[in-house]
Amino acid sequence: MSERAIRLKVNGREYQRTVEVRKTLADFLREDLELTGTHLGCEHGVCGACTIVMDGEAVRSCLLFAVQADGADLLTVEGLAEGEALHPIQEAFWEHHGLQCGFCTPGFLMTLYCFLRDRPRPSEAEIREALAGNLCRCTGYQNIVLAAKAAAEKLAATGR
Amino acid sequence: MAGLIGASIKRKEDPRLLTGRGRYVADLRLPGMLHAAVLRSPHPHARLRATDASAARALPGVVAVITARDLGPVGRIPVRLGPRPSLEACLQPPLASDRVRYVGEPIAVVVAASRYLAEDALERITVGYEPLQAAVDARLAAEAGAPALHEALGGNVVERLLTQSGDVAGALAAADRRIRERFVVQRHTGVPMETRGLVAAYDAGTRLLTVWGVAKVPHWNRRVLAELLDHPEHLIRVVELEVGGGFGVRGEFYPEDLLVPWAAMRLGRPVQWVEDRREHLMAANHSREQLHDVEIGVRRDGTILALHDRFLADLGAYIRTHGVIVPELTAALLPGPYRIRNYRCEVLCVLTNKTPTGTYRGPGRFEGTFVRERLVDMVAGALGLDPAEVRRRNFIQPEEMPYEVGGAALGQPTVYDCGNYPGAFETALAAIDYKAVREEQAAARRQGRHLGIGLGCVVEKAGLGPWEYARVEVDGSGQVTVYSGAASVGQGLETTLAQICGEELGLPAEAITVIHGDSALVPFGIGAFASRGAMVAGGAVLEASRRLRAKILALAARLLEARGDDLVLDHGRVHVRGAPGRALSLRDLARAAAPGQPLPPGMEPGLSAQHFFEAPRMSYPYGTHAAVVEVDAETGQVALLKYVIAYDVGRAINPAIVAGQFVGGLAQGIGGALYEELVYDADGQLLTTTFMDYLLPTAMETPAGVVAKILEETPTPLHPLGSKGAGEGGSSGAGAAIANAVADALAPFGVVVNALPLSPDRLLRLILNPGSG
Repeated sequence: MSERAIRLKVNGREYQRTVEVRKTLADFLREDLELTGTHLGCEHGVCGACTIVMDGEAVRSCLLFAVQADGADLLTVEGLAEGEALHPIQEAFWEHHGLQCGFCTPGFLMTLYCFLRDRPRPSEAEIREALAGNLCRCTGYQNIVLAAKAAAEKLAATGR
Repeated sequence: MAGLIGASIKRKEDPRLLTGRGRYVADLRLPGMLHAAVLRSPHPHARLRATDASAARALPGVVAVITARDLGPVGRIPVRLGPRPSLEACLQPPLASDRVRYVGEPIAVVVAASRYLAEDALERITVGYEPLQAAVDARLAAEAGAPALHEALGGNVVERLLTQSGDVAGALAAADRRIRERFVVQRHTGVPMETRGLVAAYDAGTRLLTVWGVAKVPHWNRRVLAELLDHPEHLIRVVELEVGGGFGVRGEFYPEDLLVPWAAMRLGRPVQWVEDRREHLMAANHSREQLHDVEIGVRRDGTILALHDRFLADLGAYIRTHGVIVPELTAALLPGPYRIRNYRCEVLCVLTNKTPTGTYRGPGRFEGTFVRERLVDMVAGALGLDPAEVRRRNFIQPEEMPYEVGGAALGQPTVYDCGNYPGAFETALAAIDYKAVREEQAAARRQGRHLGIGLGCVVEKAGLGPWEYARVEVDGSGQVTVYSGAASVGQGLETTLAQICGEELGLPAEAITVIHGDSALVPFGIGAFASRGAMVAGGAVLEASRRLRAKILALAARLLEARGDDLVLDHGRVHVRGAPGRALSLRDLARAAAPGQPLPPGMEPGLSAQHFFEAPRMSYPYGTHAAVVEVDAETGQVALLKYVIAYDVGRAINPAIVAGQFVGGLAQGIGGALYEELVYDADGQLLTTTFMDYLLPTAMETPAGVVAKILEETPTPLHPLGSKGAGEGGSSGAGAAIANAVADALAPFGVVVNALPLSPDRLLRLILNPGSG
């Protein structure tokens, strides 16, 4: 299998690795960088569990090859909290029971990270539309939507 | 800590899950670990000729290809719930040897240095298939002369069940009105977001086999594995890890649960297998497919006199761990909350060349509730009565409890323990403002909009025993740990159990560690199914905590030279009432309880206590779903405008978690009502193997502002806290309420709503051709 050297930044840290060109970005993050917080629920781009932030945009890491991230700046769920201090979106999910099994949660957090940055005062309908690319099988979404609203308020209050 | 039971505290599990630190089985990395992939049959029914794996074996990085011949004679996977001799002929072997019976059946396992290489190798295995005619439609499969799946069975009907009480024929003959209808519930299933997965490692020196990812019923699965491998149970350690959703499907013993440990033992290296989504949709249990031919007899005033159901349950190609309990539970609970003195249900359990089946959240109740509640609405329509009024006239009344229904399931006669069915019903109607919605509907109809209101009354079952285990311990640092035999499927078990323990021991939940799902740490256990966590596991933790509390106080009384009832246990300390200085910490007491210390007479050393909570009878939680929908007659799209669930759980340990169960269960019920279907073509090919074809509800399809009314009106006498299970009622009424609402909305079109899912294409067909139901 053909391999290629890549350099990229993940959660503020620089990495240099050689990867098979066919390896997905999700597998690269999980296997090569041991960042297993990014989950795989379908590997065909529907469930959104593998959502990460790449150069400021939410992307599905199962639909990208690792080599496509050469030179990119990535943020994964492991990079959201600052030390033990949860990010306001994480806090809101905790406070509003926005997760049960937690498997889809990293994808929702990363999707909202970008959405709330671009749309700091969203309506419920806008939140639901923004989250429609992430599947959750436990919560019925109601508390995720509540958490998203609360997170928007928290972010506004902290000026983030 | 007082007030902990009943408090919506934040979950203990969440910080690790929110920060990407939760460890699911796919996250596990062991030195030298290999990766497995399973070769699955592309044919629904075929004889297997020669399998040639030489090209696969020759691929660099491939360590082994395992076929049935390599596996040798191993047993087949036994029935866990409700074994019957009749089922033995149809149990699934771990690998097919001479014949495959469904698309997705495992034929071989490749073990390689990476999953990528293992999948490459799958493509290089040549299997000689001799296709056979498939039995796909259960109605045809049940007939004489249909292609037979298992020769030893003689036909495809694996079991016939009969439930009977009263005189159905006589009561039907005496009825003012009889209504017959056929109802179809489609094949669909749980689909947890985390697919199945396992890691197995074998230490040849100690002979210890460790298997991670064993979910739901770890101790049972260990026993099955021990028997199939002929390896001692105590030399198998099973570990659950985080579980990304269960819903009945995940954690049962499947072929891979043998194959992966077998490979790890044989190869002497750790092996990981993580199912992909396509595999999951064809390999993990399907559920729910039933076809009911039912007749109801009523008096002119709507009183139900008799119910007679004949239904086919399509169980797929093999009998798996759930045996025939889904049809059994359907029959046992079909009468629901109504007084039906004359009831007969005949069930044909049929095998077909489709994926084998098992339970899915609310097994048998989602199906049966849809059938019964649709029928009640049809009665109302035929008699010109309000559907709410017909229900009121038939509810079993609180003073009739306990109420014997007449049937049985899981070896227990169906006896409702307690309940106020009219109470929950009126709560739901008030919450949805039934009268106002009726007026709104009339106004909408005048504007050409199609609003409908639908009711679905549910009687669930919960708290299946036979027992659960708990041990509560104070360690040398004074920290409290709960060891529970139950399992977590992501529902918040750790928080719930910590609340129960904390209430007894005067500690906040965050101060208590809850350990579960590791056979090395918890010697006994049953697991997570049948809404048994709060009730059965909670009961065990409650009693073990009470015993430990008594022990703590007895020891402290001796050391503080005080009377036990003068002592206060709070915040990790025991002090004498009114003398806070005369105190001992849990740490002091744990050390004072060490072996060799002077202990009160009869007291065992060690500050711990355990309990086996026995639950010989199930509880029957109940409630009402009420839905308001709008159907777009141009597109067939259903919008859920309002939704209420009023459901009695006896006592909620953590109301936020309980409400989360209602709303989350509802989303799955909405999927079953409107979108989800595992579709087979006429030849037996599964057409829905991706999330592009199998449609799960998203945030756009689930209603905003679902009202979850947690009722605690009728605590169950079967539990020391009165708690019943809360896990399934959110799902089981949804098919009924939504179908009734859609039928109500489309009443002007004269359509018959008798099949799920009510997808846009089905509804459009009905609207354009009302006779096509």
